[in-house]
Amino acid sequence: MTAGVATHNGRALALKDVPFLEPSQFRGWLVNGVRDKGRRIASYFGVAGGPESGPAADGIGLVAVLADDANGRLSVARASCDGASFASLFPEIAQAHLFEREIAEQYGVTFEGHPWLKPVRYHHSYRPGHDAWGRPSDAAIPPGVMDFFRVEGDEVHEVAVGPVHAGVIEPGHFRFQCHGEQVFHLEIALGYQHRGVERALVGGPTKRTLPYMETVAGDTTIGHALAYSHAVEALAGTQVSARAHAIRGIALELERLANHVGDLGALAGDVAYLPTAAYCGRLRGDFLNMTAEICGSRFGRGLLRPGGVGFDLLPAQVEDLRSRVAVARREVTEAVELLWDTPSVRERFDHTGTVTPEDAESVGLVGPAARACGIQRDVRHDFPAGIYRFVHLPVMTAHHGDVNSRAYVRWLEVQQSISFILDQLDGVPAGGPGAAAGALKPDSLVVSLTEGWRGEICHVAMTDAAGRFSRYKITDPSFHNWIGLALALRDGQISDFPLCNKSFNLSYCGHDL
Amino acid sequence: MVSSITNLAAVLVLAPFLLGVINKTKALVAGRTGPPLLQVYFDLAKLLRKGFVVSSTTTWVFLAGPVLSVVAPVVAALLLPLGGRPALLSFTGDMILFVGVFALARFFVASAAMDTGSPFEGMGAAREVTFSALAEPALLFGMLALTRMSGSLTLTGMFDLGASAAWQKASASIILILASWFILLLAENARVPFDDPTTHLELTMIHEVMVLDHAGPAFGFIVYGAALKLTVFAALLVMLVIPSRPDSGALALATFVSGLVGVGVVVGLVESSMARLRLVRVPQLLVTATLLAGFAVVLVLR
Repeated sequence: MTAGVATHNGRALALKDVPFLEPSQFRGWLVNGVRDKGRRIASYFGVAGGPESGPAADGIGLVAVLADDANGRLSVARASCDGASFASLFPEIAQAHLFEREIAEQYGVTFEGHPWLKPVRYHHSYRPGHDAWGRPSDAAIPPGVMDFFRVEGDEVHEVAVGPVHAGVIEPGHFRFQCHGEQVFHLEIALGYQHRGVERALVGGPTKRTLPYMETVAGDTTIGHALAYSHAVEALAGTQVSARAHAIRGIALELERLANHVGDLGALAGDVAYLPTAAYCGRLRGDFLNMTAEICGSRFGRGLLRPGGVGFDLLPAQVEDLRSRVAVARREVTEAVELLWDTPSVRERFDHTGTVTPEDAESVGLVGPAARACGIQRDVRHDFPAGIYRFVHLPVMTAHHGDVNSRAYVRWLEVQQSISFILDQLDGVPAGGPGAAAGALKPDSLVVSLTEGWRGEICHVAMTDAAGRFSRYKITDPSFHNWIGLALALRDGQISDFPLCNKSFNLSYCGHDL
Repeated sequence: MVSSITNLAAVLVLAPFLLGVINKTKALVAGRTGPPLLQVYFDLAKLLRKGFVVSSTTTWVFLAGPVLSVVAPVVAALLLPLGGRPALLSFTGDMILFVGVFALARFFVASAAMDTGSPFEGMGAAREVTFSALAEPALLFGMLALTRMSGSLTLTGMFDLGASAAWQKASASIILILASWFILLLAENARVPFDDPTTHLELTMIHEVMVLDHAGPAFGFIVYGAALKLTVFAALLVMLVIPSRPDSGALALATFVSGLVGVGVVVGLVESSMARLRLVRVPQLLVTATLLAGFAVVLVLR
C-alpha cells in the first residue's frame, strides 16, 4: 500500500485503518500528491510514544493529511521515524517547510536536507533528551534568537522591527534586508505567544478543552470552536440538530463579517484614508455586538459546544438580528465602496505586495490570501460540513494577488456572508439547540476542517485506547500564510510593509499555539 | 512696531491652535467628536512637565534638534510681515535666510535622528532629506516670482501693498505660487498625502520617525516647533491671498488669523478626502510643486 487512506472532512477513522508507510513511500506519496496531483498539505505532525508511533521503539510517528480541494477528498497516512532524523521534503515541496521545522522542534528530529531548519516557537522538545539543535534540556531558549538570513553588501542595511510594536498588537519579530527603501528579504520570527496549547489538550476532552479552543486565536473563537466541535461530534457519533447547524453558521459568518469589515477599515487607516477607516471601525463593533446579542460575548465565547450550541435563538432575537444586519449592510456598502471609488486609495492598493499564483500554490496559502491569487480554495465549498452541506457558497476570488485583491476578496465575502445570514434568519429550522456529545471512540483519528475568516482551520484529533486525546494537532491558517507575507514583501518597498501586513492580518497566537 | 510685536506674539501663541483646527476638521468629517480644539496646548503642558530619557549613545546633537526646530520657525516668523505689519527683522535678501533657517533646523533634526543609531530614524532622516531637497526649489522659485513682481528683495516688500497690486497685474502667477506653496505646506509639515501625522507605523513615517527617541520637554519642543512651522507656511499662503491693510491693525490681525484657520480647515479637508501617496510617488508631486512655481516665474518674466 503506497497511498494514504481516503476520508472526508469530519469523518472518524479507526487508527488501524490509517496506513503506516515506509519512509520512502511516505515521501513519495506526499511529493506525488503535492507536485503532480495538485494536492496540498493540510497538516503534518509528529506523534510520540505508545503504539501510535509505530514499530520503532524509541521513535516517533509522523502523520500527514493531504487535501484534494478539487475533489473534496482528504487522505491520511503515517510513517515511523527513528526519532533522530528523517529526510526532508522541503527540497521537493516548499509547503513542508514550516511543518518540518515544527516537528523538529517538538520531537527533536533533524530533517536531512532542510536548508532552513530553525526553531519555530522556542520551546524545549516534547521528548526530553532529544533536541534537533543539541541544546541541553536545562538551557533557556529565548524567543527570536536564531541565525537570521543576512544579505551582505555596501549599501545593504538591516531593519529589525519588534517584538514590541508601536500599536497595540501581538508580539513578533520582523527582520528586513533592505537596499535603501527596497526590501530584498523579510524573515519573520514568531513564538513569543507560545502557550503550550497542544500539550495541554492531551488527555482531553476536559472542562478546559473548549475554553482552550476558543482562545487558540481570540479573534477566531467561533472558527476554532467549530472545528473542535465537529471533531468531537465525529468521534462521539453525535447527531447535531439542523437548528444548531444554522446558528453555528450564522455565528461563523458574523465572525467573518466583523473581522473582514475591521480589516477593510484598517487597510484604509494604513493609507490614511479617513472616511472608510472611521466608519468600518464602528461597523466592526456592530457585528461583534450582534454575536453578543446571541450569546452575551462579542467574540462568541460559550456559543458553540460539542453536540450543539449553548444559546438558542429566540424569535425576537431573529427579528432584531435581521434588522440590524440589514442596516449594517447598507452602511458597510457605503463605507467600503468609497475605497474602490477613490483613486488615491487604488493607487496604494494596486500592485502592492503581489504574490504570484505559482508561489501561493507552492507554499500552500489558504483563505482570502489564496483566493486573492485566483486559487479556488474555500473549505465551505471544497469540504463542506455542518450548514455548508445544505447551502452551497461559490468561492470568491480575485486575480492579482496584491493588496487590492486581498481587500476585494474580503469585500465580496462580506456581501456573501450578509446574504447568507439573512437567508438563514429567514428560516431557522425548528429543533433544539442540541445535547452534549457522548464518550469518544477509542483508537480513532478525525480530520476536521473549517473555513475561519483567515482561512482553513485544520484540527486533527487522535484518541487512545481509553477514548482520550493522545494527540490534538491544530493548524491555524496563519501557520500556512506567514510565509506569504514574507513573499509579498520581496522587492517591495519597506514603507508598504504595514499595508501588506494588514492585508494578510495573520494571527500571532494562532501560529504560536 | 508695537503691532508687529503683537502680531508675532499672536502667531507664537496661536500656532498649536491651528493643529487643533486641522484635527477637529478631520474628526467632524469622519463623524467623530474629536479632541478639543485646545488639545495640543494640553499635550504641550503635559510634555513640558515630564522627565525624559536620553540614550547614552547620543551627543549634544540629539538635543540640538529639538532646540533648532523651535528656533527656526521663530526666526522665520520674525522675517515675515505678519498681518500686514512690517517684519521685525528685515534686510535685503532676507528670503534666503527664511529658506536657510528651515534647512539648518532640518539638518539638525536629521542629525539628531542619526545620532540615536536607530535604523528607523536613519530611514526617516534619509527620506526627509531626500524629499526636502526637492521641496526647497518650489519655495525659492515662488520667492523669485514675488521678488520680480514687487521689485523688492525683502519679504516685507514682497508681501507689502505691492502684492495686492500684483493680483491685478499677475494673478495667474500668484495662483500658481499658491498651488505650489500649498503642496509645499503639506510636504514640509508631514501632512497627508506626504506623510500621515496620525500613524504609529514606524516603517511608513517620514518626519515622525525621526523623533521617536525624543520624549518629554524635548518632544514638546518638537511638537511646538512643528505647529509653528505649519503656521508660518500657512501665513505665507494667507499673505498671498489677503492683501495687507496698513490702516486698521486689529481688523488686519483678525483677518489674518481667520485666514490661518481657513488654511487649517482646508488641510483638514484634504486629509479627510484622500489617501497618502506611495513613498516612491512623493518626488513626483514635489517636482510638480516646483514646476508650478517655475511657471509662475516664467509668467512674470515675459
